[in-house]
Amino acid sequence: MAGILDLDLVAARDALRAREISSTELTSAYLARIEATRDLNAYITVTADKALAMAAASDEKLEKGEGGPLEGLPIAVKDLFCTEGVPTTAASHILDGFEPTYESTVTAKLWDAGAVMLGKTNLDEFAMGSSNETSYYGPAVNPWRATGDADTRLVPGGSSGGSAAAVAGWAALAATGTDTGGSIRQPAGFTGIVGMRPSYGRCSRWGIVAFASSLDQAGPLARTVADAALLLSGMAGHDPKDSTSAPLPVPDFSAGLEDGVKGLRIGVPREFRIDGMPAEIAALWAQGVEWLKDAGAEIVDISLPHTPYALPTYYIIAPAEASSNLARYDGVRYGLRVDGDSLAEMYANTRGEGFGAEVQRRILTGTYVLSAGYYDAYYRKAQRVRTLIRRDYDQAFEKVDAILAPTSPSDAFPIGANESDPVKMYLNDVFTVPLNLAGLPGISVPAGLSARGLPLGLQVMGPMFEEAKLLRVARALERAAAFTARPAMLEGV
Amino acid sequence: MAEQDSAQAYRIQGETGAWEVVIGLEVHAQVVSKSKLFSGASTTFGAEPNAQVSLVDAAMPGMLPVINRQCVEQAVRTGLALEARINEVSVFDRKNYFYADLPQGYQISQFQQPIVGEGVVHLDLEDGRTRAVGIERLHLEQDAGKSLHDQHPSKSYIDLNRSGVALMEIVSKPDLRSPEETAAYIRKLRSILRYIGTCDGNMQEGSMRCDVNVSVRKPGDGLGTRCEIKNVNSIRFVQQAIEYEARRQIEILESGGSIDQETRLFDANRGETRSMRSKEEAHDYRYFPDPDLLPLVLDPARIAELKAALPELPDARKARFASEYGLSLYDAATLTEERATADWYEVVVKGGGGRRDPKIAANWVTSELFGALNKAGLDLADSPVSADALGGLMDLLGDGTISGRIAKDVFAEMFETGKDAATIVEEKGLRQVSDTGAIEAIVDAVLAENQDKVAEYRGGKDKLFGFFVGQTMKRSGGKANPGMVNELLKAKLAG
Repeated sequence: MAGILDLDLVAARDALRAREISSTELTSAYLARIEATRDLNAYITVTADKALAMAAASDEKLEKGEGGPLEGLPIAVKDLFCTEGVPTTAASHILDGFEPTYESTVTAKLWDAGAVMLGKTNLDEFAMGSSNETSYYGPAVNPWRATGDADTRLVPGGSSGGSAAAVAGWAALAATGTDTGGSIRQPAGFTGIVGMRPSYGRCSRWGIVAFASSLDQAGPLARTVADAALLLSGMAGHDPKDSTSAPLPVPDFSAGLEDGVKGLRIGVPREFRIDGMPAEIAALWAQGVEWLKDAGAEIVDISLPHTPYALPTYYIIAPAEASSNLARYDGVRYGLRVDGDSLAEMYANTRGEGFGAEVQRRILTGTYVLSAGYYDAYYRKAQRVRTLIRRDYDQAFEKVDAILAPTSPSDAFPIGANESDPVKMYLNDVFTVPLNLAGLPGISVPAGLSARGLPLGLQVMGPMFEEAKLLRVARALERAAAFTARPAMLEGV
Repeated sequence: MAEQDSAQAYRIQGETGAWEVVIGLEVHAQVVSKSKLFSGASTTFGAEPNAQVSLVDAAMPGMLPVINRQCVEQAVRTGLALEARINEVSVFDRKNYFYADLPQGYQISQFQQPIVGEGVVHLDLEDGRTRAVGIERLHLEQDAGKSLHDQHPSKSYIDLNRSGVALMEIVSKPDLRSPEETAAYIRKLRSILRYIGTCDGNMQEGSMRCDVNVSVRKPGDGLGTRCEIKNVNSIRFVQQAIEYEARRQIEILESGGSIDQETRLFDANRGETRSMRSKEEAHDYRYFPDPDLLPLVLDPARIAELKAALPELPDARKARFASEYGLSLYDAATLTEERATADWYEVVVKGGGGRRDPKIAANWVTSELFGALNKAGLDLADSPVSADALGGLMDLLGDGTISGRIAKDVFAEMFETGKDAATIVEEKGLRQVSDTGAIEAIVDAVLAENQDKVAEYRGGKDKLFGFFVGQTMKRSGGKANPGMVNELLKAKLAG
């Protein structure tokens, strides 16, 4: 049975179509693996019965040569997507007992395409975090260990930490995530997998618990670039229920993956060369540039002058929107209610107990930056800077086809290491947030190991709605990097 | 000019002299639409509590608003009817505050960039003149749900049927100067909204609600500090609230105090306003553009289409009634305030092959019909006398079949029984007598019975002529043609 987990998404799809394996076999293998990797805490809810029923239905279709593009493929869903009849927690105490009566558009599309649901993965509470440590359900754990330190548990990154841990630990064939400030790319980088954030508007936000509406975007976490492309095809598409979803046709993201980068211009932004960047990160970046150059790309030095302001801008806009988006969790209609002697007291008790410290911090920050007297100095100014950042990228993409940068300024850190310093934690997002502010697509590709033997990712950024080109560059990088390292825990699996 | 104005102007006499009242209105008008502003749930009034609530209205996690085209077009039509600037780009903002009947924790509204800009409402004054009241803006927003505080001793119940229903907030400039003028403004605004069918104007059901801003000043001074009286739900209460509030402010100012800018409530039972919250306690709504919605962009061609398709509006119809039917501006205004009344009137006037006198028709409608409806507590829609039936009565009057006096009796009978005029005249034998011989016989009999009075009349007591007319009409059962009675009496008494 072991070999079956070795198949990536594309290989498993081909094997299913060829009837070499059944979805029930594949799904059962993953369910067993989920049990075996419980200590990763990757899942909040495992939907074993549902998975087996979906697999059986897929097998019937596959038997007849029918089925969708993802037929029979078992995947995991970040527990931020509402799933009908399955608890949806956003990793928050405040959503205790909440079972949606509806299915998010993205997951509904995946099930329509034939995918099998393994369960709901762990995340930072309401997707607010970069380490998965803010989860009410405890931190998810990175399958990787630093060389010579098998005992120290490392974070898988966040907020889609459970999805990343599941995919990297083979407890899911692939998974959905959401990326508001790097929440797909950073955990993908920390766990040695591929994670892609599509253009804002490419995937519907309908039915995804909102964090920061103008920044949130769903995307795939997978083992390979080709897997990411395949899963993205099942997630993307216009949705009339989301006014911000793009009314554009969805191209075949898997086509042209192998076309290479010959003749493409790759930008290298000087502002990403920040003070104190670890040498190994800088070296990996330089290596990535060389790889693409060797593959025939033209390398162009570019400037994205407002990059230094991206992080503070993000940490104004995201909390502002969050403070409003999270107002609905008031104990009145669903989830946790902690009674009080008055309505105001009930609100305070419910929200005080229901939200964790990081969520409360961001609600406070967001409320502050929107309040009378501070709005102009913070929120309005941040919106202006955001426009400038977007303009930086627009101008850059007049000169280049894609931009290459590191995904994160470090490798995975130990659980608890950054807990006491929120600003240090926020710095994890320094290379990922500019893209969210600009609304653009980006992808993290595993490119090498740090001195501690932990995976490091390189990030490719692309122009609006040009995911196909982005994937093509990412595939070239993937081929050149030939990253084959695996976490020790996978030995013998 | 100024003297004439001030002679007519509404003033409140205080101990230190006359005060002027300055009033501005924020009217919340529920948009006539099948579904809510951002969800597909129905908007029908009177459904079971929480029967018309979508996942969006209940603010379930992950739900997103999608703008309802019909509500947008209703707002545009209203803007056009208010002669206002339509903003081709407008933006929805979130107004953040916590309340149990506000499931999202914010109301989606328009703050900086409303869909409609400055416009105007023309008030109809008693003397037929008009006065322009400026409209500051009109924006679209969601209504909240309803808290029911009387269902349980210690708990409040929440009904979300109204949650998310589209409202137009129509903000006037501080151009109103008296309770009467304010009442006229609300009536005119309601008239316009009902003409174009964008709001049913029903204040009792809450589909039109007013926030009233009141301040006072000495004539000629700058604007005083205002208080906002929230959610007043009838025209009468608006007038009462203004009067009370103006007097309250004058008393404070005259005793050396100053007005605190605050939000107040009108207590209809006591006829007074009470402080709700002061400026210091005012909510900080933390408005910001709703990131779930793109800016609303209107197609100028569609705006032009909507404009072309607007029905004739009250002001235009009033002018036409005055010129086409020769009515006074006052009568024309009365008849055109409600579209249904104007339609009704025009059915009367246009029937009967153009022989019906529009002025007489106007009198019948405004005095007899409205009087009877008022007395019976009925609306025009429920009138037992149809427009065609009233026209029939006018025709009988016009061709001399019945006299004016009989016509009023016939009308009363029509109103009571719903029968048409011809039937009643036939059944009751009310046809006017215009036969000279028959009338002469009656006149002769009256004169014969009252020879003493005949002598007095002939001796110079002219006033007795009316007596003879009365006696003759009485004896004819009111049916004698009054003109012929006059002529015959004059001739015979002279003889």
